[in-house]
Amino acid sequence: MKALGAAVVAVAVLVVLPAFPAVLSSYAVSILTLIFFYGFLGQAWNLVGGYAGQLSAGHAAFVGVGAYTAAVLFERFGITPWLGMFVGGALAAALGGVIGYLGFRFGLRGFYFVLLTVAFAEVCRIVASNTDAVGGALGFYITFTGNPRHFQFQDPRAHYYIALALMLVATGVAWLVERHRFGIYLGAIREDETAAEALGVDIFRYKLYAMVLSSFLTGIGGTFYAFYLLSLQPGSVFGIPLSVEIIIRPIVGGAGTLLGPILGSFILTPLGEVSRAWFGQGGYHGAHLIVYGALLIGVVLFLPQGAYPYLARLFRRAQ
Amino acid sequence: MTLLVVDGLAKRFGGLQAVKDLSFTVGEGAVVGLIGPNGAGKTTVFGLISGFIAPDAGEVRFRDRSIVGARPHQICALGLARTFQIVRPFPRLTVLRNVMVGALARHPRRADAEAHAQAVLAEVGLATKAAQPAGGLTLADRKRLELARALATEPALLLLDEVMAGLNAIETERIVELVRAINARGIAVLLIEHVMRAVMSLSQRIVVINYGERIAEGSPQTVANDPRVIEAYLGEAYAGAPPG
Amino acid sequence: MAVGLTLIFGVMRVVNFAHGDMMVWGMYLAFVFATKAGVDPYVSFPLCAAALFVLGVVVQRGLVDRIVDAPHEMQILLMLGVALVLENAALLVFGPEPARVRSALTRETVWLGPLFIDVARLVTFGVAVLLTGLLSLFLFRTSIGRTIRAAADNTYGARVIGVDVRRVYAVAFGVGAACVGAAGALTAPIVPFQPTYGLTASVASFNIVIIGGMGSLLGAFLGGLLVSVAESLGAVFLRPSLKELVSFSLLIVILLFRPAGLFGRRAG
Repeated sequence: MKALGAAVVAVAVLVVLPAFPAVLSSYAVSILTLIFFYGFLGQAWNLVGGYAGQLSAGHAAFVGVGAYTAAVLFERFGITPWLGMFVGGALAAALGGVIGYLGFRFGLRGFYFVLLTVAFAEVCRIVASNTDAVGGALGFYITFTGNPRHFQFQDPRAHYYIALALMLVATGVAWLVERHRFGIYLGAIREDETAAEALGVDIFRYKLYAMVLSSFLTGIGGTFYAFYLLSLQPGSVFGIPLSVEIIIRPIVGGAGTLLGPILGSFILTPLGEVSRAWFGQGGYHGAHLIVYGALLIGVVLFLPQGAYPYLARLFRRAQ
Repeated sequence: MTLLVVDGLAKRFGGLQAVKDLSFTVGEGAVVGLIGPNGAGKTTVFGLISGFIAPDAGEVRFRDRSIVGARPHQICALGLARTFQIVRPFPRLTVLRNVMVGALARHPRRADAEAHAQAVLAEVGLATKAAQPAGGLTLADRKRLELARALATEPALLLLDEVMAGLNAIETERIVELVRAINARGIAVLLIEHVMRAVMSLSQRIVVINYGERIAEGSPQTVANDPRVIEAYLGEAYAGAPPG
Repeated sequence: MAVGLTLIFGVMRVVNFAHGDMMVWGMYLAFVFATKAGVDPYVSFPLCAAALFVLGVVVQRGLVDRIVDAPHEMQILLMLGVALVLENAALLVFGPEPARVRSALTRETVWLGPLFIDVARLVTFGVAVLLTGLLSLFLFRTSIGRTIRAAADNTYGARVIGVDVRRVYAVAFGVGAACVGAAGALTAPIVPFQPTYGLTASVASFNIVIIGGMGSLLGAFLGGLLVSVAESLGAVFLRPSLKELVSFSLLIVILLFRPAGLFGRRAG
């Protein structure tokens, strides 16, 4: 049964998904692009928030750092974003390392850690809003060249494939983590840090690794974000709404599972778009979050492990 | 060779002196029991030895090197493993995975760790439950799991904290056998226990503490007849029975 | 004069210790802001308080109660969900435009020594202090208050002596919500508000509670004063838009070095 499942997934990934752009409308393609992109961000978050159980509500900070870094390097210094991406990722990882070091060294857990991450994200936002060199509160704009070397494309399908690739890479990383000692240790840390320590797990080190890895990947996502939208506003790119978008997909889909973030993105992105359209008339921008809120409540009360484990159980029982 | 040396250990929590000038040793392959009335400070001693609590004073030497100030995971790597009085399984992980966490300490590669974990589960009698989530186990099985996890780290000294608490007579007997078998393999055991029968039959030597201080030490026989021990457990009235 | 404003947040956070890690009082604040229509807030704030009390109890009984034993992340997520729902419900009902509430006192100013002060802010400050005083009387003198504190200190022990812990939680949550309701009404005349303000308010209130110390009434009160003074100073010496930076930095520092806050003890 497992072999069949694996085969289905392989077919989907290798054949169907890449074929979509040829047959679907451009609107569908752009939705899928978003699904893949948020799936990527969600999977990156999943490494530290799901597998390691360290809830970070400030991951937008890493997106922002990655985005601004690559954008500024390109606009001001002419450095190609393909390179800037990694610089952005590295800087995001450094920030993640700082937050992780401070948080874990001082033993912050649960709610206190959440606050720490939010505080850092807000600090980033405020700093960016007040730094005129990067556009201040008005934002930073990237000149459109349409040149692939500048990570910009005339054809929106390019974004589709890149987002898909990113999502697959992140999932691959998560899969590797799961299969090795790193992942098993993270699971132990999530369940019971004290017991894990007694069994020889260096909880500080592994939590820090997870944080750095997660923030690095998220930072790379920031570059995609920047060059997809071509404009950056501190409020949107560092703000809590983006952090919510990042974490809600893996949480609803199944935090700490491999396919959870992907499933979550497939569920939530279209839902988000539909509710954004429905609620957005008349300028009620952001009201679609009410749906997110209701979903969060529902998930916590009824499906605390997320949609994917629930479906997996149903599937197993059906056999 | 003396595996563990505890010398002059002391710890105070606010107004309470939990442990005071405690000294004892555990030799290689020995079984030492640590007993005392409730609140005597026994679990605190475990915390101090295993690196979860920092002592105010005193020395703890394992294999002839000081481990005061070392973090718990480092101490585990040195060969000292502990269980917890209130069991702490990883509830959402399977029994096998639980034990693998311990096994990974000595077998970094997942496949090796898995094999080793299977072996430990067999030794402990949980092999049939390997795929179950640990959260669903009975208390007796959870205690075994706790033991198995610590065992998987291949310790030279195992600290068992009331591993028989809450078990019925049959389960207790089984665990006693298990501990004996583990010890027969050469692993030293320091156990905190209230189930007197078990402690008396397992231990070669017993250390009795009360109010954080050692009040007696010796063979099970000696200790059981020591008036100070009787007094500590049952109160002064019994130690020196008043006339009438 | 931001002192008056932020002090309110201090009052608002006060009863949280019954639940340590629950979030989102600021959402109630936002909601209540929008609710005030027609009646002068300085008169209506008891009503707001009452309404929010009910809401608080409902939320507690209906949602929070169910997951009291769940891991903390779940509780955080639940309250985040409630926050999102409330904030956006307000958005839908009242629209995104900032609103202002006029009070009879809004334009009045008065000379107080060398300072030129807004009467409105003064009244807000005064009422806030009064409410804080009342609240501490409630918690320390009445039997319900004592029960709440007992349950917060030692849930298991409280159960053992027969306290209906669920009811206590509900009351505590409700009272906390009421505080927030009052706070909202009292602040409405001073600050233009919109639904998105809710998140800011939440974060600000957490700032204050952490800094002042979770679980301590005095801490929340003083925390409010401290934070607002710091922010005002920040606005004066640095650029005004950076004043939030001050409180966040303070939050980070306190989180790291004294998570129990300046006066508090760790809840739970």
